[in-house]
Amino acid sequence: MPLDLLLEAVIFGVLLGCFYAAVSMGLSVSFGLLDVPHVAHPAIMVFGAYCTFLLTRYGLDPIVTGVLLMPPFFLLGMAVYRFYYEAFEKRGGKEAGVRGIAFFFGLALVIEVGLILGFGVDQRMVEAAYIGNSLSIGDMRIPLRFLVAFGVALVLMSALMLYLSKTFTGRAIKAVAQDEPALRLMGANPVRIKQWAFGIATAVAALSGALLIIIGPVEPGLDRVYIGRTFSVVVLAGLGSMTGTLAAGLILGISESIVLMQFGASWAPAVSFGLLLIVLGFRPQGLFGR
Amino acid sequence: MRFWIAAGFALALAAAATVMLKNEYYFFAGYTVLMFVVLATAWNILGGYAGYVNFGTPAFFGLGAYSAAVLFKATAAPLALQLLLAATMSGLLGFAAGMLTLRLRGIFFAIATIALTVIMETLFINWRYAGGATGLQLLRPPPTVPFESYIKMLFVLMALLAVAAVAIARYIERSWIGRGLRAIRDSEEAAECSGVPTLRLKLFACTVSGALMGAAGATMPMYLSFIEPASTFNLNYAIGALASPMIGGTASYLGPVIGAILLSTIQQVVTVTISGEMNVMIVGVMLVVFVVAAPEGILGLFRKFVSSRKP
Amino acid sequence: MNLIKLLATAFGALVISCAAVAQQPIKIGMSQPQTGSLGAAGKAELVAIRMWVDDVNAKGGLLGRKVEFIVYDDQTNPALTPGIYTKLLDVDKVDLLFAPYGTVPTAPIMPLVKQRGLLLMGNFSFQVNHTVKHDMWFNNLPAADAQSWFTGFFEQGQKSGAKSIAFLAADQEFAQNLANGAKELAQKAGLKTVYSQNYPPTTTDFSSLIRAIRAAKPDMVFVCSYPNDSVAIVRAVNEIGVGESVKLFGGGMVGLQFTPVMESLGSMLNGIVNYNSYVPGVKYAGIDEFFQRYQKKAAEEKVDPLGFYLPPFGYAMGQMLEQAVNATKSLDQKKLAAYLHSNTMQTIVGPISYNKDGEWSQSRMLMIQFRGIADKNLEQWRQVGKQVVLYPPAYKTGDAVMPFDKARGK
Repeated sequence: MPLDLLLEAVIFGVLLGCFYAAVSMGLSVSFGLLDVPHVAHPAIMVFGAYCTFLLTRYGLDPIVTGVLLMPPFFLLGMAVYRFYYEAFEKRGGKEAGVRGIAFFFGLALVIEVGLILGFGVDQRMVEAAYIGNSLSIGDMRIPLRFLVAFGVALVLMSALMLYLSKTFTGRAIKAVAQDEPALRLMGANPVRIKQWAFGIATAVAALSGALLIIIGPVEPGLDRVYIGRTFSVVVLAGLGSMTGTLAAGLILGISESIVLMQFGASWAPAVSFGLLLIVLGFRPQGLFGR
Repeated sequence: MRFWIAAGFALALAAAATVMLKNEYYFFAGYTVLMFVVLATAWNILGGYAGYVNFGTPAFFGLGAYSAAVLFKATAAPLALQLLLAATMSGLLGFAAGMLTLRLRGIFFAIATIALTVIMETLFINWRYAGGATGLQLLRPPPTVPFESYIKMLFVLMALLAVAAVAIARYIERSWIGRGLRAIRDSEEAAECSGVPTLRLKLFACTVSGALMGAAGATMPMYLSFIEPASTFNLNYAIGALASPMIGGTASYLGPVIGAILLSTIQQVVTVTISGEMNVMIVGVMLVVFVVAAPEGILGLFRKFVSSRKP
Repeated sequence: MNLIKLLATAFGALVISCAAVAQQPIKIGMSQPQTGSLGAAGKAELVAIRMWVDDVNAKGGLLGRKVEFIVYDDQTNPALTPGIYTKLLDVDKVDLLFAPYGTVPTAPIMPLVKQRGLLLMGNFSFQVNHTVKHDMWFNNLPAADAQSWFTGFFEQGQKSGAKSIAFLAADQEFAQNLANGAKELAQKAGLKTVYSQNYPPTTTDFSSLIRAIRAAKPDMVFVCSYPNDSVAIVRAVNEIGVGESVKLFGGGMVGLQFTPVMESLGSMLNGIVNYNSYVPGVKYAGIDEFFQRYQKKAAEEKVDPLGFYLPPFGYAMGQMLEQAVNATKSLDQKKLAAYLHSNTMQTIVGPISYNKDGEWSQSRMLMIQFRGIADKNLEQWRQVGKQVVLYPPAYKTGDAVMPFDKARGK
């Protein structure tokens, strides 16, 4: 492959990879830190994308809409976790694990079909000033929508990482992931903290959904593709590592981009899952895992 | 003994239906219900008995379907041979997948099985001989005597397959294999320590499960006269195969049968009367409801009801 | 005396039951993409088909019986059509079948209709019968093979000395049929293929593919795509461009004929050379009156307001079936097929006669170039000259402006 095409593929991969990392950060919190088998995370993100679509019809910019959606999604996340906790985690045992996964799968399905019933199977897009134009650097043309998504994704991730390391609740979340009994002994309520964390993860999913519909059109079945991508990133990163999520996202983005250039679009979907299987086979704890 | 009498009765009923009922649509729908009985029973061998939640049903099912389709395209082989090849290929895939992934716990195994499905789908999208993403049109041969229509023949074949699958599941459940799998489900570490050959048992369950799913898929290409990757490797098969035992009860071989018949029949009725999407919604809702409220499924509810009646 | 009474009652019963049968409507069934990639045109065509059903019933129906029309949404999903057509045949018990609009939804049911020996009125599918070879298939597409598509495109390129070509095709039945045919013709014409890629039908981002095409520096780019991808491709070309070497871009992009798509893409369409079945200015007997009636109904039902591409051909599909049924005075599938094979039917899109494959013996597919299109203007599409006809000679109104960047105004 010629060098200039390779360079474009890498740049493209970095932009896209950052977006994948942002999307996966929510899962990094809910699955990586909290051990919740949240297969429905991509579905909630797609739901967020559709909410963005609805609100932009009133003239709002998609990113602004995404930010506005964060509080209601935060509450939604808390409610979902509460339900999950009461129904499964409290009862404990291995059965809970199996049924927990089945529950989230059912939830993802209900969301997906709900979107089909509400919006139909057609693709939906949003319009904005930065969608449809590109930046010219030499011979390269970089679509602005990727740059915008990249920028917002970086801001989102930095905010989340700062929150987890600098604030009291943030550090409590990391503590509950490391050693729950110890936290309980220190007087904090782990269930409340986990609920809060799950809410944050869901709020992140909302903004990711807005970015999703900026990058390209969405349709209800899109969550299935992203289950592979997000779990791939989270597992490659190592459960619970936020910086790892960024690195893993970039790795996924760049590999997908290069495969797309070299082998064609029909092999690209297998990249994320292939990467996942390789990681699970050779280094299940991921790059930065605990 | 009672089992075999019941099975024989069911088969006789199926055969009688092909003579008495004229409307082909019953067989069209009945074929689908029986297929899910096979898929659910196969899933339960690994999922219910051993506790390893497999989301990769479409990979095994799809490989079976494509093996049959490609064999038919290349050699116009009869249905029996197609079935044999399909079961073998999917069984091999089950073994290989088991070697790779059964060392992973819980959710990682589940996600790895989704990965398997997507990779299989991508392989077939890129294989032009099998039709690629466009798909393959197949002209099926006339049905063998004494069947007057192909779909009736497929219906009876699927009924036989369903009985075979349930018999195999019943055998496994009652044998030392089943005991070993249950030990693994309850606590894998303790089972290892007690000398249970966990890896071998899990591999066995995975292989048998895969082979049965492949056999269920083998007749799909002939059923539709058409095969293409997106619908063949669709995650909906994973959901149906998983939801049926969860709803019916995972502990016994009867659970998947009850769950599959109930769920699949509701789906068929809803598809004809309301819409195709609605039936997926119903699966999702029922799955969530049962998983939360009735963890042991319908069989569990029945058992509780019976035992609460005892004085 | 009793015998006479008995006979009279029997006769009366017979008459009544005959009348009852005569009252039973003739059912015509189809599945149609009303959502999904082809949904926009599918919905528009249904307006036209229902207009035909109403017209027939106003004239007293077919063979003295009312026509009842049954249709289901197949969501442009080929996996759904076999089930839908089995339901139509076994549950709804229809007498006659229309195919769904489009090659992709139609391909899966070809073996089914051949196996059951049923007549199928084809609905804008391309080469969907070439493997199954069903002899009771009659397509309403004005192009029999890739030649009718590619010749017009290629001839224009030749005028400016085009030597190389790039192919971009979706991996689905229509695009592959067309791309394969076009590649053969390109080879025969001595063109060099510098790039050839198939993409999965679900692809939404074409930035990398367009970039790769640009790097290959082709003289012509032949694209075979369905509406969702066509829109994404046009947007990608608008975003990053295909390079100065390209003289002609387009060819087999479905969707750029649907009014809602044309309206939303607006000036991004300028310069693209693509196919169409009808543009304002082409004269057929009865078509203007059809458009007047259609456009009134379409406005009420909020579907394609102009209806230039598919609806007239949907109406024509009905007309042909009507003529066959009336001429043979039967619903027997074989008799109808024999009639359609050996006669020329008069329709609002001109006279139609068939070759032995069930395709048109005379092609009438237009190759056009978009020129002078402005954004967000629906009425401009009614004007003659916004889509300049390059081929066939009988309808030609001009030559292509090349290279592509110049025609785009860049």
